[in-house]
Amino acid sequence: MNLQNIINEIEKVDADVIDRLEHVSRRHMFSAFAKKAVAAASPVLLTSALTQAYGQGTALPGQVREVLQFALLLENVESDFYNTGLAANVVPFPYKDAIDQIARHENAHVILLKSVLGSAADPKPKFDFTAGGAFADVFTNFKTFAAVAQAFEDTGVRAYKGQAGKLKPYSAYLEVALRIHSVEARHAARLRLINAQKGWITLNAGFPAAVYAGDDVTTQGGVALNSIPSLAGYSAATLSEAFDEPLPQDEVLKIAIQFLAK
Amino acid sequence: MTTATGALLSSCQQEPTNAITPSGARNSGIGADVDVDLGSGDVAILNYAYALEQIEATFYERVVANPYAGITQAELSILKDIRDHEVIHREFFKAALGSAGLPALAIDFNGVVFSDRNSVLTTARTFEDIGVTAYNGAGKFLKDVNYLLLAGKIVSVEARHASVIRELLQPNTRYFAGDDVVDPTTALDGKREPGEVLPIAQAFIKQTLTANSFPTVAS
Repeated sequence: MNLQNIINEIEKVDADVIDRLEHVSRRHMFSAFAKKAVAAASPVLLTSALTQAYGQGTALPGQVREVLQFALLLENVESDFYNTGLAANVVPFPYKDAIDQIARHENAHVILLKSVLGSAADPKPKFDFTAGGAFADVFTNFKTFAAVAQAFEDTGVRAYKGQAGKLKPYSAYLEVALRIHSVEARHAARLRLINAQKGWITLNAGFPAAVYAGDDVTTQGGVALNSIPSLAGYSAATLSEAFDEPLPQDEVLKIAIQFLAK
Repeated sequence: MTTATGALLSSCQQEPTNAITPSGARNSGIGADVDVDLGSGDVAILNYAYALEQIEATFYERVVANPYAGITQAELSILKDIRDHEVIHREFFKAALGSAGLPALAIDFNGVVFSDRNSVLTTARTFEDIGVTAYNGAGKFLKDVNYLLLAGKIVSVEARHASVIRELLQPNTRYFAGDDVVDPTTALDGKREPGEVLPIAQAFIKQTLTANSFPTVAS
């Protein structure tokens, strides 16, 4: 799979990544658990339709499997994060329904992806949502929790968008990915409001910076938006808000591995 | 690219040969009783998006020009932002499609009470949710991967709008990503085929939109 290839790439810039990911690469230890989870999820009709079209697990086209493994890693990050936060009771009353709804969605995304990947699914890594202490109070301080949640959701939107091209030849998976992508965007906007920000991303503003790097684009499809006469009066900030930018897979993984347990 | 107009489609082989009129604008001066065809290939999909963006942009322009009774500064600020985004989408498609683009559509919001908060926000919610499902359902028809990415860049902004509008309607609930739009079992957002969306859009457009050569097979 490619998670390994990607890890090799990242290793060039982050030498101790292998230590952090060791439990991921030892996936055979976990295959029995993975199979149980698949059995529980297999009645999902959609999964059946998808696997009939393209096969399941190791029979999936390699490119599809790569994207789904990548997506599963991100969905595992999100789902584990929300489940842990809700269990830790870090979410105060007015936001409980919102966070619970998001958690349900991420859990369902994990089940969906695992059911399609079958025995090829990577096991869920162990996470450290404090990111080595950078967010030490993530499960005791809702402000920290919501800030990290927003980072995950905005990253998720950019990450799925960055995969669309790879799924293009596989239209059923492309459509599923698009339908997850817009759910992540709904989540992201809600969390941004909780954090007293606009629902949309202005230029590359946001924290952590890596999540928003390169989102300040104002040229689309080769067209500099402010060269369109009717848009000449619009600020770069507004022009950038109207389009969400993709984030390449390796950039997403650099963000994700900060949250893997060492 | 030295010029914006038509730049996106400069390499497009699907451009209809009958698109260019002496005035340089397709279907220019068209009346409300005339059929307007979306075209074929990727142009048709982009025109489909352009038509939806025209409806949305016009809607928010009217909302902001004549705010509903009791609007708060926070709400007006949100609606102005969304108006700006939709106008940018509309003007982008117009420039990108150039002579292959639809004309300016005559749009009618018959039934929307612009002075009423609930009428405005439920209409906005409907437009945003439909926009999300339309882009989600149209992606598979696009041949050019760059257009697919472009649609992806826009659809997530529409989903952000939908979430925020829904939050205005039912704050601190599950409604921003409610079970009415996100399937609670699969947690997938909705998708609609162009054939499902066009009749909905047509209700707001005075010209008759036709899709005589619309792509029907995922590319």
